[in-house]
Amino acid sequence: MYENPDGVMIGLEVHVQLNKLKTKIFCGCATDYHKDPPNSHVCPVCLGLPGSLPVINKKAVEAAIKVGLALNCRIEEYTQFYRKNYYYPDLPKGFQISQYDFPIASKGQIIIEGEDGELIVRITRAHLEEDPGRLVHEGTIDRSKYTLIDYNRSGMALLEIVSDPDLRSPKEARRYLDKLRNILEYLDVFDGDLEGALRVDANISIMGGQRAEIKNISSHKGAERALLFEIVRQKNVVRRGGVVVQETRHFDEAREITLSMRTKEEAHDYRYFPEPDLMPLKVSGWAPEIKETLPELPDARRMRFIKQYGITDDQAKSLTGELVWADYYEQVLKIYENEYGEKLDPKFAAAWINDYLKGEMNYRGSTLTYAVGKVSHHLIWHEYTVAILGLLKHEKITDDNAVIIFRNLLDSPRGGSDWRPVKKAADSAENYVMRILEEKGLLKVEGDIVETAAFEAINENPQAVADYKAGKEKALNSLVGAVMKKTKGGADARKVREILLVKLG
Amino acid sequence: MWAGINELMERIHASSSEEVVSEYFERIESSKLNAFITLSKESALLRAREIDSKAHDGSLAGIPVAIKDNISTKGTLTTCGSRILTGYVPPYDAHVIEKLKGAGAVIIGKTNMDEFAMGTSTETSFFGAARNPWDLERVPGGSSGGSAAAVAGGEVPIALGSDTGGSVRCPASFCGVVGLKPTYGVVSRYGLVSYANSLEQIGPFATNVRDVAALFDVIAGYDARDSTSVQREMNYSSELRNEVSGLRIGIPEEYFGEGTDENVEKAVRNGIHTLEDLGADLAEVKMPHTKYALSAYYIIAMSEASSNLARFDGMRYGLRTDDSDWHTTFSQVRAAGFGDEVKRRILLGTYALSAGYHDKYYLKALRVRTLIKQDFERAFRDVDVLITPTMPYPAFRLGEKIDDPLSLYLADVDTVPINLAGVPSISVPCGFSQGLPIGMQIIGRHFDEAAILRAAYTFEENTDFHTRRPGGI
Repeated sequence: MYENPDGVMIGLEVHVQLNKLKTKIFCGCATDYHKDPPNSHVCPVCLGLPGSLPVINKKAVEAAIKVGLALNCRIEEYTQFYRKNYYYPDLPKGFQISQYDFPIASKGQIIIEGEDGELIVRITRAHLEEDPGRLVHEGTIDRSKYTLIDYNRSGMALLEIVSDPDLRSPKEARRYLDKLRNILEYLDVFDGDLEGALRVDANISIMGGQRAEIKNISSHKGAERALLFEIVRQKNVVRRGGVVVQETRHFDEAREITLSMRTKEEAHDYRYFPEPDLMPLKVSGWAPEIKETLPELPDARRMRFIKQYGITDDQAKSLTGELVWADYYEQVLKIYENEYGEKLDPKFAAAWINDYLKGEMNYRGSTLTYAVGKVSHHLIWHEYTVAILGLLKHEKITDDNAVIIFRNLLDSPRGGSDWRPVKKAADSAENYVMRILEEKGLLKVEGDIVETAAFEAINENPQAVADYKAGKEKALNSLVGAVMKKTKGGADARKVREILLVKLG
Repeated sequence: MWAGINELMERIHASSSEEVVSEYFERIESSKLNAFITLSKESALLRAREIDSKAHDGSLAGIPVAIKDNISTKGTLTTCGSRILTGYVPPYDAHVIEKLKGAGAVIIGKTNMDEFAMGTSTETSFFGAARNPWDLERVPGGSSGGSAAAVAGGEVPIALGSDTGGSVRCPASFCGVVGLKPTYGVVSRYGLVSYANSLEQIGPFATNVRDVAALFDVIAGYDARDSTSVQREMNYSSELRNEVSGLRIGIPEEYFGEGTDENVEKAVRNGIHTLEDLGADLAEVKMPHTKYALSAYYIIAMSEASSNLARFDGMRYGLRTDDSDWHTTFSQVRAAGFGDEVKRRILLGTYALSAGYHDKYYLKALRVRTLIKQDFERAFRDVDVLITPTMPYPAFRLGEKIDDPLSLYLADVDTVPINLAGVPSISVPCGFSQGLPIGMQIIGRHFDEAAILRAAYTFEENTDFHTRRPGGI
C-alpha cells in the first residue's frame, strides 16, 4: 500500500496534436509542415483573416471520438465549440476555438501501473481545440530583439485530455503519460516524435493545500522533473510556515525549475461563449461505428502476447508498450513462418527482439521507428531480422555472429546504409547476410577448419596445455579463446571445447 | 441613371458595358454623397471591356455593382469603414464576390458604411458620413448607407450591403430603395467581416423588387466554407407575380407603438390596405416579447463583436503604430484604430461576457432570443407575412443623434427582432413624409423569401413610390 506521505495530488491536462490528420481542424491546410518554411501552410482561415470562417474537419471529430472510446469515455450526444477569448500574438483571431460545456468525451479512465499496483486514473474530459501559431525568438526569449510568428501550426487539431487529480507521485504522472501516448499511437491519430506533438499542463497540490498549475511542459521526463521540483517547493513553503497559493507557474525546462506566472487574482477571464460560426454537432450516432474500428489496445495486446506466445509479463509489457515494437515482433513471427514454412519459437524471438535488440537500441538512444527509417526500409529490417533468426535457428551462425550483424546494422548510418542498398531482388536476405559474414570473415566455421585451428592452438600454447594437464581447468578457456580468435568468432565455442577435450585426451 | 437591370442589359447590348460603366463613374465622380470609400475604376473598365469582348452571358453580364466595404474583395482595399484596417487588401474573394464575378457583374467600388457596421447612420465611418440623396443634410441610414445612397442617387443600379440588425433595411427605407435581409443561412457569410455572426446576412439593394430578386438569385446558395450555410436551390426571380389574393398578412401592433412617426404609421397602414384591396387578408397578431428585442439584440451583437474584433491587433495587417512590447503595441493600435462607437460596443460586449455578468446579460439575452423566435413561429401559424414600418421615422439630420447612442440604438427597434429570429425581411418604399422616403417592412417565414418578394413586387406594380427620384443631386 502506497502511503503518499506528502498527500500529493496531481491532475494532468495533456494537449495532443492530432498530427496524423491530413488537414487542419478548421481549414484545408495540410498538416505536414514540419520540414517546410514558416508560414507556408496557411490560408485566410488559419491566419484568422477578416471574413474567414471555420469549418469543422470531420476526421478530427472522429479521431477525438476514437480516443474518447479508447479511454472508456462517454461520448456526449451533442458537442459544441466555444470561443476562449484572450490576446496573444500567436493567436490570430484573438480567441481560440475550443470547447467548454459539452466536450466531445467525458468520464473515462486509464489504468496505469501505480506505486502499489494497478491504479485507475479517471479522465475528466477530452475536448477538441485549435493549436495557436508558434513564436520564434533569436536566441532566448529574454534577449531576443524581436519575435517572429510562424502560423504553420495555427489550426492544427488539438485534443486536450484532462485527468482527475488521481496521480500521487511524479513517477505515476510519467507512467500516465507513457500509457496515454502508447494508447494514442495504437489509435493511429498521433505521431509523438514530431515537434510539439504533446504538451502538458500539470496541476499539483500537497497535503490538501491550494494547487499550482504548471505550464509549458513538453515531455514526459519534463513532467516528472517539474513535479519533483514543485513538490519540494511546496513542501518548503509549508515548512517555513507559509501557505501555498493558487497560481499558474511556468516550467523552465533548461533549469528544471518552475517560476510564478500569475496568481489566482490575475487569472484570465476567458469569456467563453458558443462559437456562432459552428453549429452544435450531433455525434452520438457516430460512436458505435467508430467503436467497430478501434484496434486492439495495449492492455489487451499484452494479455494476448502472454497467452498466445508464452512470453513473460515483462517482455509482453515491454513489447506492447510501444506499438512499433509490438508490430515488429508479430511481423517477424509471421514473415518467418512464410519464409521457412515453420513457426519461429516466439520465446526465442522475444529473447532476441525484446531482450537483446530493444536494449541495443535504447543503449544507442535510437528508436525502432528511427532505425528502420520510417517506411521505406521497414521491411528490409524485418527481412534481416528473420534471416538472422533463421540462420541462428538452423545453427548456421553463432550468437556472436548475430550480435555483430545487428550491431553493424544499427551503427551504420540510418540503420545500415551499407547493407541496405546492395540488396538485390535475386539475393535473399539470408544469402546476403551470409555473404557479408563471409566477406568479413565471420562465417560460422565447422569441421576441418576448426580441427586445424584446435591443432594449431595446442601446438602454439604449450604452457596452457601443460597447465591444463596439471589440473588447471581454467587453462582450457585460453585455448578455446585462441581457437575462436583463429576462426574470427565463427566457430561454436561449445563445440571447440569438445574438440579440444578430445585432442587433449 | 436609375435604369434597372433589364434596361441596362439592352443598352449594354446596343453599345457596351464599358460605356455604361463609364457613365456611372462620371456620375460618381461629381457626387456629393460620399457613398464610396474605394473606387475600382481601372479594374472595372478593364473587366467591362473583357465582358464586351465575349458574348454577354451571365445574368448580370456587364452590369455595374457596388459592394459594402466589409465584404472581402481580392486585391481591393476592404476597410470596414475603419482606420484599423488601413492598407488591408484581402488575398481572397468573399463567396458573394465569386458569385457576382461568375455572373459577369462589374464591381465598381466599395461603399461607405458605419465602422464595422456599427451604426444606423453611416456617420461612424472613419471616411466621413455618407449623405442622403433626398436631402444632403440628412443621413442615408446605416450601416450600409453608402450602398443605399449610391443606388438611390443613381450612382449604381444594384449594390450589396449587410444586415446585422437592420443595416440593409434601414438605409433602404431612408433612401427610398428596396433592400432585402435574407433568411439566416441563405447567403454565405464567407468573406463578410463579422460584426455579429449569429445575426447577419449579406443582402441586395436595388431601385425595384425585380432587380433585388435578380441580385439575390446570384448571391444565394450553399457554400461549404460557411457552416451556417443552407443547401437550397431556388430561383426567386421566377417566383415574382403580381398577385396577392389569399395572402394572409399579419399586423403586429407592437411595431406601431410609441415613437413611431405619424406619417410613417399612416404610410405603412395605407400600404397594407393597398395589398388588402388587391386581395390579401389582414389579421392582427400578437408578438408580446417585441419590447425585449432591442436589449437582447444589443447584448448579443456586442458580445459577439467584442470577440470578433479581437483579431485586429496590428500584428499581421492593417494599422501599425510605433513598435513596443506586445501589450503596449496592440493596445496602441486598437486605441488609434477604432472609433468611439466601436470601442463602446467592444467594452459593453466584453462586460456582458465577463465572469459574474455572463449569465445575467448574455445568457438572458439568448433566452429572450428564443422567446422572440417563438413569437414569430406562433404568428406564422396564422399568417403568411407580417407587415410593419421598417424604421419608426424618416431619415434624421446629420449629427442629430450621433452624440446620443441610446437614441440611435432605439431607431433599430423594428428591424432587430427579425435578425434575432433569423427570418427574411424586405423594405420597400411606401410613401413620403416632407419629401423623405418611408419604408414598409414585409417579413416572411424562414426560407420563404418568395412570399415577401411576391408581396413586395405586387405592391410595387400597383404603386409608384419606387419610381420617384431625388432631385437636386
